[in-house]
Amino acid sequence: MHRSLRASLWSVVVWTVVAFFVVNLLAMIGSVVVNSFGTRWFNTWLPAGFTGQWYAMAWAEFHLPDILVVTAEVVGAVVLLSGLIGVPAAYAMARRDFPGKRAVMLLFLLPLLVPPITYGIPMATVLYQAHLAGSIWGVILANLVPAVPFVVLIMIPFVEQIDPRVEAAARVFGAGLGRLFVTVLVPLLTPGILAALLLVLVRTIAMFELTFLTAGPTSQTLVVALYYAVFAAGVRPGQSIDAMAVVYMATTLAWLLVALRFVNPTQIVTRAKR
Amino acid sequence: MTAAMLPPRRRMRERGLDGVTLLVLPGVVFVLALFVYPFLYGLVLSFTPKQGDWLANYRTFFADPFLYETVWLTLQIAVPVTLLNTVLSVPVALRVRLMRHQRLLTTILVIPITLGTVLVAEGLLTYLGPRGWLNRFLLEVGIAGSPVRLVHNYWGVMLSLVITGFPFTFLLTLSYVTGIDPALEQAGAMLGAKARARFFRILLPLLAPGLAITLALAFVQAFTVFPSAVLLGAPAGPTRVISIVAYQAAFEQYDYPLASAIAMLMALVQVIIIVALLGARNLVFRGPVSAGKG
Repeated sequence: MHRSLRASLWSVVVWTVVAFFVVNLLAMIGSVVVNSFGTRWFNTWLPAGFTGQWYAMAWAEFHLPDILVVTAEVVGAVVLLSGLIGVPAAYAMARRDFPGKRAVMLLFLLPLLVPPITYGIPMATVLYQAHLAGSIWGVILANLVPAVPFVVLIMIPFVEQIDPRVEAAARVFGAGLGRLFVTVLVPLLTPGILAALLLVLVRTIAMFELTFLTAGPTSQTLVVALYYAVFAAGVRPGQSIDAMAVVYMATTLAWLLVALRFVNPTQIVTRAKR
Repeated sequence: MTAAMLPPRRRMRERGLDGVTLLVLPGVVFVLALFVYPFLYGLVLSFTPKQGDWLANYRTFFADPFLYETVWLTLQIAVPVTLLNTVLSVPVALRVRLMRHQRLLTTILVIPITLGTVLVAEGLLTYLGPRGWLNRFLLEVGIAGSPVRLVHNYWGVMLSLVITGFPFTFLLTLSYVTGIDPALEQAGAMLGAKARARFFRILLPLLAPGLAITLALAFVQAFTVFPSAVLLGAPAGPTRVISIVAYQAAFEQYDYPLASAIAMLMALVQVIIIVALLGARNLVFRGPVSAGKG
């Protein structure tokens, strides 16, 4: 009896901590959403009235249409290129043992373990000297640095699941490497490719540091534009910044929901372990 | 297949080098060109200052309290928040492990990680501000007499690192905890070990390698805090973290050699802490790293 009482007390404490965290998290998100629709909000729980005018204002003043187009272009290019480079590399890593394979593995792990701001500053320096930073291509290249290794590491276990005899059979019937990929591997790897690319998509939308260090005025993505808006708070009403934050949140969370149909939430953080 | 006739090629194939292996090359070249090369370039650049001898940048850093104190300021933020997040994660993960429907909780917790630090900073500015819901609650309940100042200081940055950092350490710890075979703990219970003894004698030693990695990753993230230190902290005062001075050196003073030197020092502190953590892991825990069913 005594022991079970202590155990249940302990579990109450643990659940209180979790509930406290979740309540504050949801309240934080909620206050952004409410503020973005509010008219005047002083010493009350809720604003005096509700309006959509801040969205119209953010749409025009922050050049949201341009920013959304740039974001879509950057994210699309990063997803496509990281897939094209990463999936074949993962196939080679999963199927061949070659001298220096451990070094190559380390090479793919490092960009995921070193935080972006540490390697981002020297990388941005190099990209500025190559006259790539400041343009959309600089932003795409910078975002590919963590994306390519990420795709490789996610895809290796998916390739390993495929029976090598399937590939051997295709080879016997005369399929070359290109044909093997198009007709056998890509269809079998579709779940893995989808998972990897959706995670790259979500991570690239939210990737602040690398985009921030390499973007010029015309190559800002949504998250960097949001940073500049918050940084210059006071120039524009806080509600329109929150409206922009809601647009960013809606974009990110919509893709997160799609991604979570194919991956487990814990996979989003444990990629480094694989 | 016809290529196998040629002896040198055949030798290569037997060592695992053939057309398939070459598929790894684009990825390797890319990472070498945009990750390894810039890093080495930055290292060389940091030793070729705008003026002075080869160590001038590092001497500048350690002579100017405005610069070298950032290491201490950053550690003051990063170390407590890393410990707090990890220590909280362990009991929560041990309990959630027993839950059958973990998915809802893990989904909610993955949201702040996905949204990222910029949005969390903006959210907390609204939520923790003098007219935000938190202060309103504290005033109405009577816990505080006047609004508590939680933004534009140390605590704002701290709380933002808890909001984005705790889910990260928790999900990582959860993946390690679920790798431990529950039979081991049951065996301990059967032999009469109480909950406390089971935790310290069975679970903690098995969890130690994973915890060392969690601590290392969480520390490295907290140590490079940037957007929330600017937006939610006091970037001229107590939250003048090292990444802010590195950024200012590069993009406000255009002194790339000094910025590279600061980035290299940032990397050095991270390496020192990681080596210390993994070294401590080897001292505490000697045995196979992948214990249990994981």
